[in-house]
Parts: sequence; C-alpha cells; structure tokens
Amino acid sequence: MDISAINPALLLASLMVASTAVLIAAIGELIVEKAGVLNLGVEGMMITGAICGFIVAVTTGSPLLGFVAAAFGGAVLSILFAVLTQFALANQVASGLALTLFGLGLSALMGQSYVGIKPPSSAKLDLPVLSDLPFFGKVLFSHDLMVYFGLALVAATWAFLKYSRAGLILKAVGENHDAAHALGYKVIRIRIMAIMFGGACAGLGGAYISLIRVPQWTEGMTGGVGWIALALVVFASWKPWRVLLGAWLFGGVTVLQLNLQAAGIAIPAEYLSMSPYLITILVLVIMSFDRSGAPASLGRTFHASQ
Amino acid sequence: MLLKKRTFLAGAATVAALTALSTGAALAQDKTKVGFVYVGPINDGGWTQHHHESALKMVEAIGEDKVELVYQENVPEGPDSERAMTQMALQGADIIFSTSFGYMDPTLNVAGKFPDVKFEHATGYKTADNMSAYSARFYEGRAVQGTIAGHMTKSNIIGYIASVPIPEVVRGINSAYLHAKKVNPDVEFKIIWLYTWMDPAKEADAAKTLIDQGADVILQHTDSTAPLAAAKEAGGVIGFGQAGDMAEYGPSPRVSSIIDNWEPYYTSRVEAVMDGTWESHSVWEGIDTGMVGIGEISDVVPEDVKAEALAIKDAIAAGEYHPFTGPINKQDGTPWLAEGEVADDGTLAGMMFYVEGIEGSVPQ
Repeated sequence: MDISAINPALLLASLMVASTAVLIAAIGELIVEKAGVLNLGVEGMMITGAICGFIVAVTTGSPLLGFVAAAFGGAVLSILFAVLTQFALANQVASGLALTLFGLGLSALMGQSYVGIKPPSSAKLDLPVLSDLPFFGKVLFSHDLMVYFGLALVAATWAFLKYSRAGLILKAVGENHDAAHALGYKVIRIRIMAIMFGGACAGLGGAYISLIRVPQWTEGMTGGVGWIALALVVFASWKPWRVLLGAWLFGGVTVLQLNLQAAGIAIPAEYLSMSPYLITILVLVIMSFDRSGAPASLGRTFHASQ
Repeated sequence: MLLKKRTFLAGAATVAALTALSTGAALAQDKTKVGFVYVGPINDGGWTQHHHESALKMVEAIGEDKVELVYQENVPEGPDSERAMTQMALQGADIIFSTSFGYMDPTLNVAGKFPDVKFEHATGYKTADNMSAYSARFYEGRAVQGTIAGHMTKSNIIGYIASVPIPEVVRGINSAYLHAKKVNPDVEFKIIWLYTWMDPAKEADAAKTLIDQGADVILQHTDSTAPLAAAKEAGGVIGFGQAGDMAEYGPSPRVSSIIDNWEPYYTSRVEAVMDGTWESHSVWEGIDTGMVGIGEISDVVPEDVKAEALAIKDAIAAGEYHPFTGPINKQDGTPWLAEGEVADDGTLAGMMFYVEGIEGSVPQ
C-alpha cells in the first residue's frame, strides 16, 4: 500500500477528463426535462454522436469538425424522438428506450469500417504562464478545449434558466404546458428545440469519449454513460450546478477508485468498483431533501385540443 | 364450429411442423450447422474477433458446401445467453460453441435440454455427455510477456489491467509477475480490476491511472485496444496485444502480443461431429499446439531480450519448461511449490491466489 504514489494534481486533472462526457450529456438532458420531456434515449444519441464525430474527424482530419458533426448527428437522431412524441403523441418512455436501442444498432452499422483507426488528436490548452503553474497549471489550465466547453455550458445553462426570458418560457412549458399554451407560447416548437439541444449535447458527450477520452471507436463504447447522465439529472434536482457537482463526484470517485486499486490499498476491489455509483447517488439524494421537485409536466403528452 | 376450426388449425399446425421437421432433417444431412455465441462484437479487435476469424477459417477449411455458420454477437453472460443458445439449437444447430467463461452454467442447462446437439464451452471447467470444455494455456504466453516486461521497464513499475476475477486471469497475473521478477528483482506490479471484459472508456481510464502512478509497461487482460491508445498518447510506455495481435499499434507501444488461434480446434471438432466421432472432453492447449500464439516481437525490444523471450517460448513449446516451476510461495509466504516441482492442472484450474511478492488481494 502506497498512497504517496497518488499524485493529487494528476488525480484532479483526470477527474476533469473523466467527468466531461457525462456532464455535457446531462446538461442537455436537463434542458429537455425542464421543457417537460423525458428522453431516455441519451445513451443512443451519445453513441451515435460518438461515431458521427469519429467518422468526420477521421475523414477530414479535424477534431473540431468532428465535434460539430457529433452534435449534428445527435440532434438528427433526437428529431426522430421529437416526431414520435410531439406529433405522433407516442409514449415518451417507450420512444426513448427505442431510441437508445436504435442508436446502438445504427452506430454499430456506421462504425463497421472504423474499428482500429486512430482519430486525429485534439489540441490542448497551453497558456504560457498559467499552464506552467505548479499545481493549478496541471489541474485547471492544461486540458483539451471540451473540458472548458463543458464548464461554460453549465454556467450558460444556469444563466439561461435563471435570467433569460427564453429560459422562463422553457420552464413554463415544462411546468404547465396548458397554461403556457393559453399564454400563446408554441409548446410543441419549444419542446422540439429543447429535444434537439439535448440530442446535440449527448452527441458532443459521446464524441468526447470516442475522440479524446479513449480515443478510438468500438461498438457500444459509451458503456452506459448515458444512463448515468439521466440519473444525474434526477438526483441533481434539475439544477445545473448540482449536475456539475454530480458529474465531478462520479468522475472523481471513478478515477480515485482506480488510483486506490493501483496503489494497492486494502479495500477490496469490489467495493471500490461500485463506489462511484453509490457515493454519487447517496450525496445527491441527501441534497435533494429540499423538495425541489421535477417539472410538473415532465413526461406528459401535450396536444393543443386538450 | 369453433371446435372443428380448432381441430383443423391444430391439424394444420401438426402438418406444418412435420414438414418443417422433415425439411430441416433433410437440410441437416446436407450441411452441418455450427453455432457460435460471442460475448462482444465480431470486430472488437480482440477476443471475439479472433473467435470469429477462427470460425470463418474453419468454414473455409471444411468447405462452405458442408458447413453452415450461424452466430450471435454481444450476448450478455448469464441467463440471456441461455435464450441465445436455445434458439440456435431449435434452429437446428448440430454443434454450438459458447465462447466466454460466463456462459458455462447456461451452456450446461441448454445441453441438458438438447441431448442430440453438441456443445463446446470455452475457458470453463464443467462438462456433460454432450458438452466439452476447451481452453488455452494463456499463462504460457504471459510468461513470455512477463520476461519482456521485466527487461523493458525503467521505472520498475508494471501496470496490469485485470478483467474479471476468475482463475484464468489470476494465473495470467501470477505468470507474468514471476517471469518479470526473475529477470528484474526490483519489479513491482500495480493491478486494477475492472470487472468487465471490454469497456474502452474504463480501460483507457485504468491505463492512464497506471501511467500516472509511474508504470511504463502496461499489461492488459481486457479485450479492446484502448490501453494501447492511452500508452501511445502518454509516450514512452509500452504494452501488448491481447487476444488479437493489435499490430496497428506496433512497433510501439505494442511490442508483442498473445494471439488466440482457435481454428485447428474448431475444424477438428466440427469434423468430428460430421463423421460421428465427437466425444465430450476437457482440453487445455498451449503454445505447443499453436492455440496460444506469440505475436511478432517488435524492434523496440533489444535483440538479447527478444532472444531470451523466444527461448522461453520454445522451451515451453517443447515441454522442457513449465511457467509455474518451484520454488514458489503463495502471497502470504506459505510454500506452494517446492524446488523443481511443477504445478498440476487441477491447482492451476482453480487458482485464486497471488504468488509471493504481489500486493493487494484477489477479489473473491
């Protein structure tokens, strides 16, 4: 057992990387759910984004274009969900599950000839002075740009929901779609935009895994991160900063348990392996005792005639 | 009227079933139907891909006019695999290969229900009248790997990404450790258990963690190429291909590999079914028969190290050397093998303990 083998700076640095994919996907789902739609297809949209981004990044040689394509791919897939649930008035839970299964299959098909290929590497932040700071340089200022994008997205989402008029309208639609409709807001249109935003975010999260975190393409490589993102939104009581906290907790405990195992600490590996799930849920459940509940119209179908 | 209709329907169904059965039997005489159940996708670059490639070569070797291959990918270990195998048996498969440890009990159950179908289970130890067990002595390959790893590490820290705590994986760790230690007494192993055979994101995280903690050689018992990708990105770190050659990561970080070659076994077993000589058995083949292959050792490895590794490989193949030759103590210091004593297959098959010198404990 040798705890000193764990370098706190490296640990915190890898925490940021390990939490980014789940963070971006969860923020997207938060907006979707705030608009009153429950999309369980996050995993499917993530993996579709992962392969779309991978294909484009490999063919064009540009990771940036890859991420753009990933967002696009995730959004396109989410349109399928939007059509099913907003126009055909299909059940949201069933449609979301179907979307996940569909996305997993579609991505496997698309990715068949992309196995074993290495994507172009993404640029990392390299600020002359800041990146060389002893501790904080490594932890805060030497990541790939998507890490900062994720953090900016949390701040932007928070500000959008709290201060902007559009954010208020979005929340109104999610809380009571009949009232929002009576006030003249286009409930369906707003929800479709929210769903597409969620799809784009999930796609970005997926591409983060296939282009930066792993980086390579393998079938089913998101490995359930989409489901974690869904759980984070609920346990974070639909609050952006708590989603960030949850993602850090999850990513942090994940890398911490790997580090503890590698350092040979005497806690059995089984317990360490389950700890990320357990600790994240536990902390967020305790925090959600303040009774800030789900959007009131969450998962309910809206039709203007009703 | 209703009764008549029902009788008619039942009659029609019987006729249909009989027709199906007779055509099924006729077809079965023409072609032998071989089923494969895979735990991962057939292009995972590792374990499943090599089973599938071996299956395709088997079909080629026997002839496409004589064998029909059916397979199912991504079958979860456990009860769901029972459904997959039952379906294959119902579709008229003559022999079914289930290619992961976790299919052992499901295979046994399905074998009980279909006494006329032959079953072959990979890497397990349970058998029945119509169910064989076959496995490879991967620990022989690990001995070669450990030798290279022990020589190549500069930090004297070797990282090991372990998959699922079963004897096969524990044997691999022990074998690699013993041989690394033999050539480099200062060597230290850092082991991470992931509880999965393949999850690229987790494998990448584990590899990065090990590298962060000073490892400059990564051994993996998981199936994806993610650890090699992480090693490449870190720079100055080497690794090995697992189950497949993973040559696309050569000459560095991938310096060698353990390759599974199941084709000769598959061909001989399917042929045995065809000529009616199939019998249940339990086999464990190694470097000698070619079931365990050592991928080309790249030029990053110095000549003398390469020669030493190949010498061990040849000695194992010739039966002159056993990777578990005493004196070896268990982790707690109690003697396991005396000087010159060789481990018996029974102990190896159930090996759930580390040898002396490895830190941490085997998850039980």
